[in-house]
Amino acid sequence: MNTSADNAKFLQIQSVVKDFDGYKAVNNVSLDIAQGEIFALLGSSGCGKTTLLRMLAGFETPTSGRIVLNGQDLAGIPPYDRPLNMMFQSYALFPHLTVWDNIAFGLRRDKLPKDQVAVRVEAMLKLVQLGKFGKRKPHQLSGGQQQRVALARSLAKQPQLLLLDEPLGALDKKLREETQIELVNIIEAVGVTCVMVTHDQEEAMTMTSRIAVMSEGRFLQVGSPAEIYETPATRFVADFIGNVNLMDGTVSVDEPDHVVIDCADCRHYVGHGITGTLGMPVTVALRPEKITLQRDKPDCEFNTVAGTIQELSYFGASTVYRVKLASGTVLAVSMANIERQRSDAFTWGDLVWATWSPQAHVVLTQ
Amino acid sequence: METSSRSRWVPRWWRGRSAVIGIPYAWLLLFFLAPFLIVAKYSVSEMGDIRVQDIVSVTDGVVRFSVKYANYVFIASDSLYLHAYVASLKYALCTTFFCLLIGYPFAYFMARAKASLQPLLLMLVMLPFWTSFLLRVYAWKGLLDDGGWVANAIVGLHLDRVLLAMGLIESPGQLMHTTFSLLVGMTYTYLPFMILPLYANLSKMDLRLLEAASDLGATPWVAFWRVTVPLSFAGIVAGSMLVFIPCVGEYVTPELLGGPQTLMIGRVIWDENFSNNDPPVAATVAVVLVLLIVVPLALFNRYQAETREKRQ
Repeated sequence: MNTSADNAKFLQIQSVVKDFDGYKAVNNVSLDIAQGEIFALLGSSGCGKTTLLRMLAGFETPTSGRIVLNGQDLAGIPPYDRPLNMMFQSYALFPHLTVWDNIAFGLRRDKLPKDQVAVRVEAMLKLVQLGKFGKRKPHQLSGGQQQRVALARSLAKQPQLLLLDEPLGALDKKLREETQIELVNIIEAVGVTCVMVTHDQEEAMTMTSRIAVMSEGRFLQVGSPAEIYETPATRFVADFIGNVNLMDGTVSVDEPDHVVIDCADCRHYVGHGITGTLGMPVTVALRPEKITLQRDKPDCEFNTVAGTIQELSYFGASTVYRVKLASGTVLAVSMANIERQRSDAFTWGDLVWATWSPQAHVVLTQ
Repeated sequence: METSSRSRWVPRWWRGRSAVIGIPYAWLLLFFLAPFLIVAKYSVSEMGDIRVQDIVSVTDGVVRFSVKYANYVFIASDSLYLHAYVASLKYALCTTFFCLLIGYPFAYFMARAKASLQPLLLMLVMLPFWTSFLLRVYAWKGLLDDGGWVANAIVGLHLDRVLLAMGLIESPGQLMHTTFSLLVGMTYTYLPFMILPLYANLSKMDLRLLEAASDLGATPWVAFWRVTVPLSFAGIVAGSMLVFIPCVGEYVTPELLGGPQTLMIGRVIWDENFSNNDPPVAATVAVVLVLLIVVPLALFNRYQAETREKRQ
């Protein structure tokens, strides 16, 4: 093991390309992941995230580029010799082995003495709170329990790197939310560096410290969940993460401390400078929860627009209104339901004014 | 009213299902169970005509059974029959073993071959069925007889010395009518019955389990023994039963390819019936043979039921 390996560069992915008969599933991606970090590769299906994960595990060989883990180049090392373990999508538990033997499988391959295997398996069962389930077969467990066995099996060998392939994809929504926190707690308690693949942005945002948004084999943006959500770099990322209203316009005032952007329906006053020029076409991204609705015309020229409520979706905690503007554009507005059964609640066909603050926008130049 | 309440008691799907299940049962009853009972009746009688009344009779309201088990005592006391049974089981076991040895790797690579290639490979396995079984066994006679090119190749490579050392042939150069020729013929004949269930089983296997094993540190060899083989156990059992059961009672192949020292039970039944003109003893031997086969079959069915239960 190379002790000189930099902590911040525990896992290095360097210009990795994977070419499947002319189709670049992973197209020249580079990334450094720090020790102890929980990192997510986020993207829709076919974006190359799983291929990248499989290259880390050793099931695929990069066409070009290098993968370095803790100072060790993984090229040419078969999966069974890599110091990392993977938790497979829908778990891939061995159906013919008990929970105990599933967890012990990797330890036995290391020719660990019997008593040490037993100690380690018991510790793992305790860690995932399945102490009494050791003698069961996987099919006798619920989905959530199987997921915990899979986690215990992948942590049993104390890997340097843990790979999670859609770790919660097979669970139903309620269980998924509970398991997200539990999974993060276990991974943090163990202190293992973790790379997970998911198509579920909520899962990525709640579980990880950094996210790489992938599309067509490339990283579109790498950053913390808040960075990706509040300052998306591109139109694609803004649209992919959460809901967003995108309005095309041109820069009509360009000052160092503010800019004004004219769109078809309204004029945006943006409370910060942008790297752009006067007259430049840009896209304004506005999150639905950053807009409020009111019945009276506000007393300002900027950041407001009139429309009629075309549709509303009640979610309990909030309601999403779809407001049709003069140009025909539909603006999504999410309002928290802070009171029960308001008598003056907005409803279908109401004429309303939408307003937002100068800090609400993201101006996208690409 | 009456018809509607009746149709509620006996749903239509149930009537259809009984017919579907009933027809093959009736068929088996007529052409397996009934002949078997006739044979069983013969086995508990002596020479000559026998009527059911001789075995079961009702006098003064008491049911009397008059079973002559002398034939069973006779075949138990003559070691010829015991040897023939043991030989049958031995050759059937050997055939099953060789079929598994050849069939498993074959089925494995067939299941892992390119998906577009698999139908062709499957057809090649079944191709021998296009020719009569009897003709194919006769063909082996030609291949293994003196001057047959398989025999020439084996003698040319001095492999007959190895076979001699293993006790599979009696004298160098003499391949026909030996244990060797018998096992070659039976393995050849029954190989597809081993390959097909194994292929069906192995091609269904979830390959991610092998990736999981590899990820956990198992080399491909270890993953094969620890994951693939245990998971294909049901296929191994099914294939072995399909080979073993018909092999025990095999008559044609030992008759054509076997020798005097490979006396199997099928031959004994023939001899008792047609050479000795002793149908009761032939029937007794046959009944014992059926029982010998029914026991493993029952075990197999129980095993299958258990695995099915496990999957649910």
